Amino acid sequence: MTDLTRLTLAQARDGLKAKSFTSVELTQAHIDAVARAKQLNCYIVETPEKALAQAKASDAKLAKAEGGALEGLPLGIKDLYCTEGVQTTAGSHILEGFVPQYESTVTTNLWRDGAVMLGKLNLDEFAMGSSNETSYFGPVVSPWRRKGADGKISDAKIVPGGSSGGSSAAVAAHLCLGATATDTGGSIRQPAAFTGTVGIKPTYGRCSRWGIVAFASSLDQAGPIARTVRDAAILLRSMAGHDAKDTTSFDAPVPDYEKSVGASVKGKVIGIPKEYRLDGMSAEIAALWDQGVAWLRAAGAEIREISLPHTRHALPAYYIVAPAEASSNLARYDGIRYGLRKTGKDIADLYEKTRAEGFGKEVRRRIMIGTYVLSAGYYDAYYLRAQKIRTLIKRDFDLAYAAGVDAILTPATPSPAFAQGEKGSSDPVEMYLNDVFTVTVNMAGLPGLVVPAGMSSDGLPLGLQLIGRPFEEETLFSLGEAIEQAAPKIVLPESWWG
Amino acid sequence: MNTHAKHKLIAGATGDWEVVIGLEIHAQVTSKSKLFSGASTEFGAEPNTHVSLVDAAMPGMLPVINEECVKQAIRTGLALKAQINHRSVFDRKNYFYPDLPQGYQISQFKFPIVGEGEVLVDLSPTEQIKVGIERLHLEQDAGKSLHDLSANDSHVDLNRSGVALMEIVSKPDMRSSEEAKAYVSKLRTILRYAETCDGNMEQGSLRADVNVSVRKPGGELGTRCEIKNVNSIRFIGQAIEVEARRQIGIIEDGGKIDQETRLYDPAKSETRSMRSKEEAHDYRYFPDPDLLPLEFDQAYVDVLGAGLPELPDAKKARFVATYGLSPYDAGVLVLERAFGDYFEEAAKGRDAKLVANWVINELFGRLNKEGQGIEDSPVSAAQIGGIVDLISSNVISGKIAKDLFEIVWSEGGDPKAIVEARGMKQVTDSGAIEAAVDEIIAKNPDKVEQAKAKPTMLGWFVGQVMKTTGGKANPQAVNEVLKSKLGL
Repeated sequence: MTDLTRLTLAQARDGLKAKSFTSVELTQAHIDAVARAKQLNCYIVETPEKALAQAKASDAKLAKAEGGALEGLPLGIKDLYCTEGVQTTAGSHILEGFVPQYESTVTTNLWRDGAVMLGKLNLDEFAMGSSNETSYFGPVVSPWRRKGADGKISDAKIVPGGSSGGSSAAVAAHLCLGATATDTGGSIRQPAAFTGTVGIKPTYGRCSRWGIVAFASSLDQAGPIARTVRDAAILLRSMAGHDAKDTTSFDAPVPDYEKSVGASVKGKVIGIPKEYRLDGMSAEIAALWDQGVAWLRAAGAEIREISLPHTRHALPAYYIVAPAEASSNLARYDGIRYGLRKTGKDIADLYEKTRAEGFGKEVRRRIMIGTYVLSAGYYDAYYLRAQKIRTLIKRDFDLAYAAGVDAILTPATPSPAFAQGEKGSSDPVEMYLNDVFTVTVNMAGLPGLVVPAGMSSDGLPLGLQLIGRPFEEETLFSLGEAIEQAAPKIVLPESWWG
Repeated sequence: MNTHAKHKLIAGATGDWEVVIGLEIHAQVTSKSKLFSGASTEFGAEPNTHVSLVDAAMPGMLPVINEECVKQAIRTGLALKAQINHRSVFDRKNYFYPDLPQGYQISQFKFPIVGEGEVLVDLSPTEQIKVGIERLHLEQDAGKSLHDLSANDSHVDLNRSGVALMEIVSKPDMRSSEEAKAYVSKLRTILRYAETCDGNMEQGSLRADVNVSVRKPGGELGTRCEIKNVNSIRFIGQAIEVEARRQIGIIEDGGKIDQETRLYDPAKSETRSMRSKEEAHDYRYFPDPDLLPLEFDQAYVDVLGAGLPELPDAKKARFVATYGLSPYDAGVLVLERAFGDYFEEAAKGRDAKLVANWVINELFGRLNKEGQGIEDSPVSAAQIGGIVDLISSNVISGKIAKDLFEIVWSEGGDPKAIVEARGMKQVTDSGAIEAAVDEIIAKNPDKVEQAKAKPTMLGWFVGQVMKTTGGKANPQAVNEVLKSKLGL
């Protein structure tokens, strides 16, 4: 039998329906792959028994030609999603050992449709990071390796991006058919770009946030990472939907996204924002972008240069709004009701010891920034101004769409993936710059899809980003598939991780 | 109106002082479930049994507004003749405390659901003031910290955590503890009429933060101190008195008032500093990103307005106009909705003033004495009406009526039947009265002589006649017969 982990999610689904193999076989193949790939550190918790029990139940349904859209398909779940009876940590020491008594709405939707859970995927602590180096449970290692100028593969450990680094690496390394992820400033799209996978952050409100550990509530969105555009479309359909428990969730039917995969993009108007052509942009990234434009034009789309004048303010404004909300959202981790507790001589001492030990450096930094920008005397200068900028950024997009633009094409990241320890150790802003092309999308609440489009000179994948109109994810899937079809196949190196 | 009488000033060593008071009332919203969760609001349950995942601030939990609490806030706003804001915003008030699981309280800071309004407060039958309402907003209550259950640990009960409160902020329109107490009483009455808060102060459904400052009459406003969490009307009055005295003492000794938060200790009858302005929390308010702005239209407000009962001011005016009651009696009868209902049922087709007298003086007097509420009254409105009927038709005298009330109170029964059965009817038969009068005159020739010189002696004769007739003689008839027989 061929290696079942080599299948795409759509192929595995069709294979199960055709009874070419069983979900137990498919699941076991993934469990084995996960067990061999410990050095990638993708999973914080593996749940093979639960997975096999779910697979068995799925096989019973499949035998009767029953079951949901994801029946019997093994997935990885980012450890930011609360899972009933399975430890949920958000990558933080402060939640180590925390076992929720409830299941997030998005994962509930996945189990409803028959998916199988392989385990909980590693991430940057509280989803704060762009390299998965801030996780209390250690960094995730990308299956990708850099090629030296001499053509030799380096054994330097490459980061899988972040915060959904466990998700992107696990999908890239075939340790699951697809994974859930979350995106606050680029945490789905940047890791997808770094690992040659497909990731979509849907429109704010498309997926329920209920049961997902909050980072920045007005920016957080759930979405999938998968190996193809079609797989991402299949997953998003199951994940999305209105939820009365999240009043910011959107009350409208979820389209069958898979139908838009392969649909013609003829006549679609694609905006190319000139402000994204940053000073000092690498020739490699600029060329990739131009190539993307050429592919879409060849597919029949109309290309139009547009202006999104407030783009350059997006990153600084994001690093005010997101930490502000985070400083408040993370106040509940106080050692009183659950998670880590360090006793102290009085209540203030208990808080200080618990939070100093429970939170890592980057989380502490963002709590400090957020507390500062919300403080009396600074609120107007920072938080309020950042919110005004946010309104202007959203208006930039509104105007472009009102002028007839259907979607916007940009690079996904300013560079390919880097090695562990290479960025941000002396200056955190160096790390924050990873989000320069992605944060605008969160600030405006729009959908954004990243699709692999090429390779860097050092042999690492590069992605392009498509930004859509609110709740028009279908357009992104059509355009994304057009790029996917046109782009050269991204071939992952042979397994070196087991 | 709002001419604060001179007698409200406080005499100090350097002359008179005026106290300026504003109140922030925290009123628990009457609702089955909490402001942002489905957990029960029932009082007195076992600790931590009415706690949802949201109330305990578990990771990933989100608040969902309870529409009934919104309606209650709008109803209250309407009852306070206040502006209803069709768009309001929930903010987070950030601070750490073990009984605040989220690490922030969801409240309304910049854009409250209700704006300016007013409350008319009766101080006496002739004196009324108008107290302005600054705003009303919705917010979550915190849990309860318990420090006395064990030697080393504190415990937290989250049953109250997330219960909806209305914070009703007055303008600094009150000038004495009496005015402040009367305002709280009136506000409580209005809330109870609207059924938006049960006003139960013992259970903490109504608490007040009291802002007090003093100044020379007509002078600049003084620095204020806030006395936190005072939980009875009596204590509100006492706290204002002692705090005003404290401030006057400091100023007259050449000191100045520091703006601070204080606590009232009823046992020691003093206020104590809780935290200074410098120690005040920076709450880092910002709009709660988990909640959309709260929006509704005027039609939504109108439906709620139409469902409101007649409010105390309107009812009082109607009682005066329709029943001819005195403003005082009308005022008493509208203090509780049940009072007015009881009165109106009893007054139907009867002498309303007489009914009001009986309800206020006899019934309320007795209920107060027994510490009972009107809902537990052993005497029904129909029974009071029956007693009044017997008085109006001269079947019994007022005095007998009091005896009858006692019988109805303790034994129950139809007043008319009791009067029949127990021979309590008053004697109006002039023959019988004349016989009794003749007998007394015959027995007391000396008194007859005295009475001729001093007509006020008549009272003594009336008393004697009533005595021999067992109080059943019609006093008017007795008077007339006596006057004619004594030749007065």
